[in-house]
Amino acid sequence: MMPFLAAVDPWILTFSAITVVVTVAMGFWSAKKSKTASDFFVAGRSVSVGWNSSAISGEYLSAASFMGVAGMVMSSGYDALWYPVCYACGYLFLLLFIAGPLRRFGAYTIPDFAEGRFDSPIFRKIAVIFVLFIGFFYTMPQMKGAGVTLAYIFKDIEWFSGVKGLPYWVGVVLVGSVITLNVALGGMKGITLVQAVQYWIKMFAISLPIFVLMSVHSHYGNHLQANSVKPAVGMISEGDTSTSLEAAAAINRKALSEKAPKDETWINPFGPLTTKAAKAAGLSAAESRPYSLLYTYSLIIALVCGTAGLPHILVRFYTNPDGVAAKRTTMWVMILIGVFYVFPPVFGVMGRNLMPELYNGLAGVKGTDGVVLNLPLILTEKYGTLGAVLSGITCAGAFAAFMSTFSGLLVSMTGALAHDIYGRILRPKSTPEERMKMFKYCAVICGAGAILLGFFVETFEINKLVGWAFAIAATSYFPLLFLATWWRNITMKGAATGMLAGGTLSLTAIASTMLADQAKWAEGLKIWYTSHPLARTLAEQPAIWALPLALALMIVISRLTRSEVPADIRMKMLVLHAPEKLGLKQEYIQEHQQGH
Amino acid sequence: MQPPEKPDIHSESFLHMLMQRQLRLSIACAATFLVALFGLPLFNYFAPELMATRVFGFTLTWLIVGVLFFPLVWIISWIFIRRSIALEEAEVEEVTRGNAPTDRK
Repeated sequence: MMPFLAAVDPWILTFSAITVVVTVAMGFWSAKKSKTASDFFVAGRSVSVGWNSSAISGEYLSAASFMGVAGMVMSSGYDALWYPVCYACGYLFLLLFIAGPLRRFGAYTIPDFAEGRFDSPIFRKIAVIFVLFIGFFYTMPQMKGAGVTLAYIFKDIEWFSGVKGLPYWVGVVLVGSVITLNVALGGMKGITLVQAVQYWIKMFAISLPIFVLMSVHSHYGNHLQANSVKPAVGMISEGDTSTSLEAAAAINRKALSEKAPKDETWINPFGPLTTKAAKAAGLSAAESRPYSLLYTYSLIIALVCGTAGLPHILVRFYTNPDGVAAKRTTMWVMILIGVFYVFPPVFGVMGRNLMPELYNGLAGVKGTDGVVLNLPLILTEKYGTLGAVLSGITCAGAFAAFMSTFSGLLVSMTGALAHDIYGRILRPKSTPEERMKMFKYCAVICGAGAILLGFFVETFEINKLVGWAFAIAATSYFPLLFLATWWRNITMKGAATGMLAGGTLSLTAIASTMLADQAKWAEGLKIWYTSHPLARTLAEQPAIWALPLALALMIVISRLTRSEVPADIRMKMLVLHAPEKLGLKQEYIQEHQQGH
Repeated sequence: MQPPEKPDIHSESFLHMLMQRQLRLSIACAATFLVALFGLPLFNYFAPELMATRVFGFTLTWLIVGVLFFPLVWIISWIFIRRSIALEEAEVEEVTRGNAPTDRK
């Protein structure tokens, strides 16, 4: 037993174990307090602004934010900064156009909204499928984060002679089952508390190591300054270069490996991430810039609009007591996640200067995705255990990251299965007790599905996977929510056509680039994409054409089927937009009950 | 002077006014934000030297996107929330007290 444990860093193990144990314990504790079906699905709609905003932030800051952003800034430089910025800014869109009306309309889930707004049970089914679909897509990167982090913690264990380390799938299964158990026991109310605490764990885990690293190895700006040093020796002139050389000397920058992008392309916009397609086509740097600009815009649209369309984020708005609280919550969420997102890029920048060997790693934690976990270890040389302690803290943060996002996703997917499919479609007459029981079964089914999917994504970059989930949400849910809240003439057929077309087309486009890169039998497609950089850029980042397409389809089809606009549309719009104090919601419910 | 008139909350004109006022506020805030968000890549594209100016070691564009953009978003959302809560209170006031809907703000 001793040599077994000696191979694992005790600090890393302790901090990670504490995070897991606290999560499970809090899940059990609040499970006792979750009694009613409403507790399970929307946490009794009584979560205070402080708790709820911490919980939303905790849920939102996933493995992609905690590990992926830092890794991507390290590998791609400036262009990757759009990810954290747009992850945070997407919330503004949600606040400006969707949060208030949706909360006033009051429904448990997005499918509830879809059915209520269009009086159409069929549309509920379509919406449910999309909840599950986007949800599963978004669980894959979380599962990857889990597998990678556990493999990192146990990397030096020797099980029996010759076999070293922990296989990737063990982490996926372990973390997946723990969270599934938690969700099945506590439901939404259970995880609200857990996620709120996990936000603060993450904030602490990302900021503290940065401050310590900066105090030892110079600050953020100096590290960026070092990236302007010209490698040509003997050409040093007076003036500018001397200050940058000083900065470089102060931070003791290590030599970059062959695989790392050059300083020039790394620190400036339109670098390796956005010019990949054009470079593959053999275009010069100047010729590839327009493609790069297009890629940047499409990425921004996907990320900003995608936030507003993520099912596990939207369901949280229903946990606010009223619309004003929903708005206040969003404000706090933006502050909480905005502060957080300043830090991950710092890890990327410092990792480039201090730990360039990560560029040589192929995938997972040995590559740039592992920079957040690995970087604190550079302190070990000078300060001994401090490095291990800080690395333990970032590991705990990573655990909090994928556990909280995964539990949030699991709740919304389970809610879709138990509340919408079972409770509304299969057995509309089921009792609340039966539904709660079903919630538990569905949690297990969804959890198992997510674990299975997690096995397949070991070689994908975490942040890219998340970006794709955003692109699909941006082209399906966002146009639906936006038009359904602000345009009274939208019909069910229009909304469904636009949503399905936008979502499936962008998925097909993204999948085609994945196939071209990974599958051997898609060689032809790869060659075609190489010679058509414009098509490749548009396929890799489809939001710029798929979002307008979805909106246009919704408008055109709604116009063609204008006789199908719900008869009580004025009342519906009033419920969406009139202040809750006017009591229109109660009136609307009464009218509906009389009508049936 | 007309006597204060209670707006009919079920009327078309009330709904129209409600949505118009809310949408105007949302679009004004969104426009500010979008100009900044979509303007930045354009600056990067057409004025790369300017955006590569070093400020405290950061390039200008890195400083804006990596740090300064977040406070901008907070300011916009803070203004929006204050205005929209005030708007809702004014609407409730109009209906309950019976002041005719005015088109101020």
